[in-house]
Amino acid sequence: MVPLFYINILSVLLFGIGLYGVLSRRSAILIIMAIELMLNAVNINFVAAAAVHEGSGMFSNFDGHIIAIFIITIAAAEVGLALALVLRIFKNKSSVNVDEFDLMRW
Amino acid sequence: MMHFIVFILISIVLLGCSLGVVLSKNIIHAALSLLIALLSVSGIYLVLLTEFLAVVQLLIYGGAIVIVILFALMLTRNDDYPRISNHKLWPIAGVIAISVMVTLSAAYYKTYPIQPDMIQEATVQELGTSLFTTWAIPFELASLVLLVALIGAIVIARSDKGDN
Repeated sequence: MVPLFYINILSVLLFGIGLYGVLSRRSAILIIMAIELMLNAVNINFVAAAAVHEGSGMFSNFDGHIIAIFIITIAAAEVGLALALVLRIFKNKSSVNVDEFDLMRW
Repeated sequence: MMHFIVFILISIVLLGCSLGVVLSKNIIHAALSLLIALLSVSGIYLVLLTEFLAVVQLLIYGGAIVIVILFALMLTRNDDYPRISNHKLWPIAGVIAISVMVTLSAAYYKTYPIQPDMIQEATVQELGTSLFTTWAIPFELASLVLLVALIGAIVIARSDKGDN
């Protein structure tokens, strides 16, 4: 069986990679893809904490799985809305690079 | 032991493909790496004996979200399509990401001892019972969130009445 620590480390590495993507990319769609990676890292952590029980019965219910299902739902809604916003801005600015979205600068 | 080997193999694929998502210069390659990464997350769920979440992950992430992202890439293509440039300050982003990784890893290392743990299987029946008793109200609210997001996406993305 897999130690919980290794799953947590996998989740941390995936979260860090996603964080690097969010901070370093210029294209808004690539930022959304990196956010999906971060959400998946959190999901892995939730499911691992619910599925791996350490003998004491500390995590004996399925709340982690349920929260992961809700996170997937919210992620689907978020991707739909965010890509609609990206398409809308692309219509006005002909670009999806976030450093060119300076409409509110004065 | 078999579980552990499969877990390590899937983890290598997952981390490699997610590095491909954040490092690839070609935006289509990044999207396809994202697809493989999301499919291997589904494999991680199978290792954790959670069949329902694995299927949900395949359907929603592999089926829906990657397709929507590919459509958005198709609709927003411009000149710097095959070779995109990163932000100028990407080394600072790398430093921040690595420091977050090191900090969280140290915190987990302090918290959990490294020992093989038992994995508890989550059947669809138990998940459904929990979802419709304890979590019934959040479940209904999630459907409301999806409805609002659907209407909002249509309103934001449709073209104005004047221009045709």
